[in-house]
Amino acid sequence: MKKIVWKCALFLIGFICCYPIVFVCVGSFMGKGELLESLAPALSAASGYADWSILPREPTLRSWVEVLLDTPGFFVTFWNSIKIVVGVLIGQLLVAVPGAWGFAKYKFPFHRVLFLLYIILMMMPFQVLMLSEYLVLNKINLLNTLWALILPGIFSTFPVFILYNSFRGIPNEILEAGRIDGASEWQLFLEIGLPLGKSGIFSVIVLSFLEYWNLVEQPMTFLKDKVRWPMSIFLPSIEPENAGIAFAASVISLIPALLVFLGGQEYLEKGISYMGMKE
Amino acid sequence: MKKRWVTGYFFIMPGFIGILIFIILPYIDVVRRAFMQAATGNFIGMANFMEVFQNKAFALAMGNTVHFVAVCIPILLSLSLGIAVLLTKNSQVSKIIKTGVLVPMAIPVASVVLLWQFLFSGNGFLNGFLHIFGVNGPNWMNTSYSFWILVFSYVWKNLGYTVILWLAGISMIPGDIYEAARVDGAGEWQCFWKMTIPNLKGTFFTVTVISLLNSFKVFREAYLVAGDYPHGSIYLLQHLFNNWFRNLELDKMAAGAVSLSVVLLVLILGLWGRRKE
Repeated sequence: MKKIVWKCALFLIGFICCYPIVFVCVGSFMGKGELLESLAPALSAASGYADWSILPREPTLRSWVEVLLDTPGFFVTFWNSIKIVVGVLIGQLLVAVPGAWGFAKYKFPFHRVLFLLYIILMMMPFQVLMLSEYLVLNKINLLNTLWALILPGIFSTFPVFILYNSFRGIPNEILEAGRIDGASEWQLFLEIGLPLGKSGIFSVIVLSFLEYWNLVEQPMTFLKDKVRWPMSIFLPSIEPENAGIAFAASVISLIPALLVFLGGQEYLEKGISYMGMKE
Repeated sequence: MKKRWVTGYFFIMPGFIGILIFIILPYIDVVRRAFMQAATGNFIGMANFMEVFQNKAFALAMGNTVHFVAVCIPILLSLSLGIAVLLTKNSQVSKIIKTGVLVPMAIPVASVVLLWQFLFSGNGFLNGFLHIFGVNGPNWMNTSYSFWILVFSYVWKNLGYTVILWLAGISMIPGDIYEAARVDGAGEWQCFWKMTIPNLKGTFFTVTVISLLNSFKVFREAYLVAGDYPHGSIYLLQHLFNNWFRNLELDKMAAGAVSLSVVLLVLILGLWGRRKE
């Protein structure tokens, strides 16, 4: 009996967590009239109170058609988001994977100090780094370009930390055996490190995707032109009269993140656990 | 063989050079600017810091941030630990519930903002509901309740992350100590307080540090719902930094960033170092 109560409590929490997905999905299939009726009081000064039906009264694809066919600006922001995420991910993999391998498998002078520095940098919020990043980006003329988000993202030390913990799980004996067989250090990295550190690499892909798909502070600060905005800050700028567009666009921005999440949940959980490992 | 440490440097070099260029060197420049007047470039000692510390908006933002962290972290940590412990006891539903609490990590802020407006604005759903009982509610985002809406957003978003960290910690506790305790007649509660809690001390510090850092990200929700000048109770450091940035008050920004980084550095080193206990 007690167990059932606990289970219900758990399911309730789970439901509350997922509810926003249901909300935007239902909204995206509502007709203009119904949306106006139910939302106008909340979004503008109309009288009455906002109301919501559990399912759309007359489901329609109008909002979807409008976003996909009649809102060219939306595609631009969608591609901006894709470019940012793909750029950051490729860069992080090229830079952080060997970096973490170096820290996990080699001893060198200042190893501890440098790694501590990486941990400290990983923990500094954007507020601390905002002015620093602005000064560099200004100097190399990259403000108001997508590179202003991609380059600092590539050199984030967060993936190094995750990968470091996953590489450390690879026994050193394997590397020694490889060395005796005459493998070069580079071969050890490519042929032992990468395949065995796969789960760390996937963890980084999932965590970084979710992080850079949802950037808000950085694009707000570094991107002036609306044509360069990613979806994460374009969506809230949609006027209340176009609530239908906002709903359908929200669902579209949700889909890639949700797919990555569902496909990579195992690695997401692993990645979070790596955060908790003691170095 | 002797040269192996050079190989280590070789692996970390590309990333390290980038970090040097994009973070460390400009940060040193920021520290230098914190002691200079922005317009003239003259050295003015601690004057920028004095100005920042006496700034009312800075005091408000700092106060709110501390208040926010002090309220959120205990709620988040205890709720997530409760869920984590329940999940270890109800392993059949564990997978689906984990998915449920992790989903908010994938939900873009913008979708949440739509929901918030619908629920909490002056003529929103919540007030419609209260109206049935004859209560006329305010526009919640413009009252001090907005603080609690933000607390809720934060807990909602970070619950899954924290549950997973606790679960990882719990899985490290050897199972036989529980069996021994049960043989000696210990109940569920006793096991929890005497076994689980003391064994999670290291995890506790990790979770605290990560939750602290994620608390700086609630600015996203606050900004998207309430704009540049929100209700005073959710005016956060990022709002202030944005205002300084817009007015090109770079010297104040520099002094603010340096002060914040020193505070965080002390906190991080203090808490992170204790994880090994």
